[in-house]
Amino acid sequence: MSSTLAWRGWLLSPAPASRRQARLGGWYRSWLAFRRNGLAMTGLAVVLALVLMAAIAPLVADPAKANLQVLVDRLQPASWAHPFGTDELGRDILIRILFGARVTLTIVVLVSLIVVPVGLALGLPAGYFGGAIDSILMRITDIFLAFPRLMLAFAFAAALGAGIDNAVIAIALTTWPPYARLARAEVLTVRRAEFIEAAELQGASHLRILLTQIMPLCLPSVIIRLTLDMAGVILTAAGLGFLGLGAQPPQAEWGAMVSTGRDVLLDQWWVATVPGIAIFVTSLGFNLLGDGLRDVADARSA
Amino acid sequence: MSAATTAVIGHDGWVRRLVGPIRRAASLLFSVALTFLGLTCVTFVIGRIIPIDPVLAIVGDKASVETYNRVRAEIGLDKPVYVQYWRYLLKVLHGDFGRSVLTSHPVLQDLLHVFPATIELSLLSLIIGVALGIPLGVIAATHRGRWQDQVIRFGSLLGYSMPVFWLGLIGLLLFYAKLGWVEGPGRIDVAFDGIVTPITGLITVDSLIEGQYDVFWNAVSHLILPSSILGYLSLAYVARMTRSFMIGQLKQEYVLATLAKGLSPFRVVWVHALGNIWVQLVTVIALTFGSLLEGAILTETVFAWPGLGLYMKNSLFNADLNAVIGGTMVVGVVYIGLNLLSDLIYPLVDPRARERR
Amino acid sequence: MSEAPLLTLRNLRVVYPGDEGDVHAVRNVSFTLGRERLGIVGESGSGKSTTGRAIIGLVPAPGLVTAEVMRLGDTDLLKLSERGFRRLRGKHIAMVLQDPKYSLDPVMSVGHQIAETHRCHFGSSMKKARMAALEMLEAVRIRDPERVYALYPHQVSGGMGQRVMIAMMLIADPDLLIADEPTSALDVGVQEQVLAIMDDLVRRRGMGLILISHNLHLVSSFCDRVLVMYAGRVVETCMTGALAEARHPYTRGLLASLPELGRRRAELPQLQRDPAWAEEAL
Repeated sequence: MSSTLAWRGWLLSPAPASRRQARLGGWYRSWLAFRRNGLAMTGLAVVLALVLMAAIAPLVADPAKANLQVLVDRLQPASWAHPFGTDELGRDILIRILFGARVTLTIVVLVSLIVVPVGLALGLPAGYFGGAIDSILMRITDIFLAFPRLMLAFAFAAALGAGIDNAVIAIALTTWPPYARLARAEVLTVRRAEFIEAAELQGASHLRILLTQIMPLCLPSVIIRLTLDMAGVILTAAGLGFLGLGAQPPQAEWGAMVSTGRDVLLDQWWVATVPGIAIFVTSLGFNLLGDGLRDVADARSA
Repeated sequence: MSAATTAVIGHDGWVRRLVGPIRRAASLLFSVALTFLGLTCVTFVIGRIIPIDPVLAIVGDKASVETYNRVRAEIGLDKPVYVQYWRYLLKVLHGDFGRSVLTSHPVLQDLLHVFPATIELSLLSLIIGVALGIPLGVIAATHRGRWQDQVIRFGSLLGYSMPVFWLGLIGLLLFYAKLGWVEGPGRIDVAFDGIVTPITGLITVDSLIEGQYDVFWNAVSHLILPSSILGYLSLAYVARMTRSFMIGQLKQEYVLATLAKGLSPFRVVWVHALGNIWVQLVTVIALTFGSLLEGAILTETVFAWPGLGLYMKNSLFNADLNAVIGGTMVVGVVYIGLNLLSDLIYPLVDPRARERR
Repeated sequence: MSEAPLLTLRNLRVVYPGDEGDVHAVRNVSFTLGRERLGIVGESGSGKSTTGRAIIGLVPAPGLVTAEVMRLGDTDLLKLSERGFRRLRGKHIAMVLQDPKYSLDPVMSVGHQIAETHRCHFGSSMKKARMAALEMLEAVRIRDPERVYALYPHQVSGGMGQRVMIAMMLIADPDLLIADEPTSALDVGVQEQVLAIMDDLVRRRGMGLILISHNLHLVSSFCDRVLVMYAGRVVETCMTGALAEARHPYTRGLLASLPELGRRRAELPQLQRDPAWAEEAL
């Protein structure tokens, strides 16, 4: 017990001895502020639950079971054997939800991995070098910014064919522009700062300055924006799944599950409702988490 | 305005006052043209990356090499990419999106036929969303931290975390199937279809113009569920943005000064503060309308609403690429147009922007 | 001087409760004001602006205002509800703020804003209010009132904006004017002009004036009496003429550190703050 207190004391020390201590202390304080926000903690819990579900899915249940059609058991309401009931092909809905979490998480992670580097790669040089480079890059960004996301994702999926990869590409293509703008705005604020000049005088190359000095400053706002955007991405991906353009059957995907449940909506309402609740709760979780992070960031900069 | 330019133009007055706005409009149009070109590029690329060989689709597997090459030349696929693109661009500018595989009408004609249905639904949803969303946002901002604020914020949060297709299904289940309060999927009952001559294309308006009240009520009862749901989702976004803008305004000095003048808080908030955020709200409204249009695919699928979205979905599943691309172009153009519109309205509402060069 | 005092304050206290301890912005401030000009001088954080806000009832939440006596004429300001204050504002007490760029509504023409005050208090028609506003613009010596009426706040200079502000606040003929740093955002030459206009109007209408500023020179040139505030307390009260004989070390320090034309000094003395001043009672 006393060792935890010692850690706390070290982290919260008003006179940190090293840069690492100061930085860790800053993170710890932000964490304390975040922890006070009940809704934000709920959001965090939901996101963690998503990751957990995705991770344990293959452990808890045989992947085959997710697609196991036991037609005799079809369209059963909730029971001990099947906590969320079964769908029109006799598959256990709870297990399918767990596996659907994997698809959702995959899409979220893949889109993030594309969107952030692309956005930074365009926004950072635009702000740093200015001039013609800035104009061109920002024009490109503006053009993509003006595109309707779902429509384009739909058109892309239409052309490339259904499937998770194409869905990811389509969504990523219309999601990156705000990050370029964010990065550019951050760069512009610190462009003339003295520590940048100092780095230049030390002989650091532009690339090095961008990567080591400027990029870390962008990360907080990028992360917040990303979290909030992911809430929308989940909805878009589910929408594509609903239309049959995401993961293909028999793979379990929440949007697709809602779509198939449509036919039996009247009497076996759970088949469509439960996956919809999963989508809703997950999106809500990301929104709460993002809001909470933003509140902490605002309080810090205030 | 530099001295040199004044010297060139020579005199004060209306000529000089026009140069600024003209320059600004020109720059805006240039941006829009560029964006439009970008959109055509993207749709062109989409059209060309389909894994299906369009030539084969026409001539079949058994055709000879000569036939294949001949058809290929006919379609123009033997020309270099930029020539193909140029031809595509010209066609698009003339409104030629090719023919729909499904209906064999020109795609543009099909699109114009189905678009009004989408407009009717989107417009009503927008009106609901804005008419309720703005006041709710203002109330949340003026009662910041209290229960009204918490309720409105939470309601908004729920609103934009909900998948629209799921909410639509639940709505149909509850209000149509179980409670019977509203009519079900579709825009109008078969019995009433085609009675009213389309003038505006909006059944509600047209039926009122012609005095066909039972058609009107039937159309309304079909409209009410989808537009309420979409209205709620729009309201969520509008209320949240309004609240955020209002909170920014309430911190300003002029709010204190107008209160010191002796004006009622009601007037300070609803006339002065609200008057200052109209510009930003216009952008929000445009964006909301845009997202209503592009989300039409999902909504219209759930409600079997015969609009642009349903048309595009059916085209997709019938591999009617011309129709899909045509629809994307139309929505894209409208989307871009909305952005342009909000940029143009900006100076009308905000006197400070009129001075901008 | 004046008969019954216009404003009476005894032991006014303004506290902002907080998680990390309460902030006492104003501690036991007392003074009376007749139809005269009173200046309140102090640095930022001295509580001078908050005192002004307390009188007009615009202390922002969560601030709490208490006092033994707080009276404007016959009206007890302590027991006044928000609605009661609203009836006083503009009509009996007026407040002029620092920077017209921020304190005027940016999307409404200045003339309209002046007329609005008139309509609010007298229920006048648009036409009448407009005429009253034009008259008021002339009274603050704006030369082309018709043209200025239609201008927007960002289109007028600082000095003109401040005159508009004065017009807007005085159009309903209040008894007391609180001017919170009215010239701090203006250029020096313009400062004198604006103050002169304000001074003139106050004198002619027989109003009471509280001029809040950090500028001791300014206050001493325009006011009859001076109150010096430090850390929420009044540390000195005296007539302007008698400033040179001020007793409190803070005031003496302030006076000494002001540069003077015609007097050569090798070094301007710095004001040394004694923490004991924050604790003293008057």
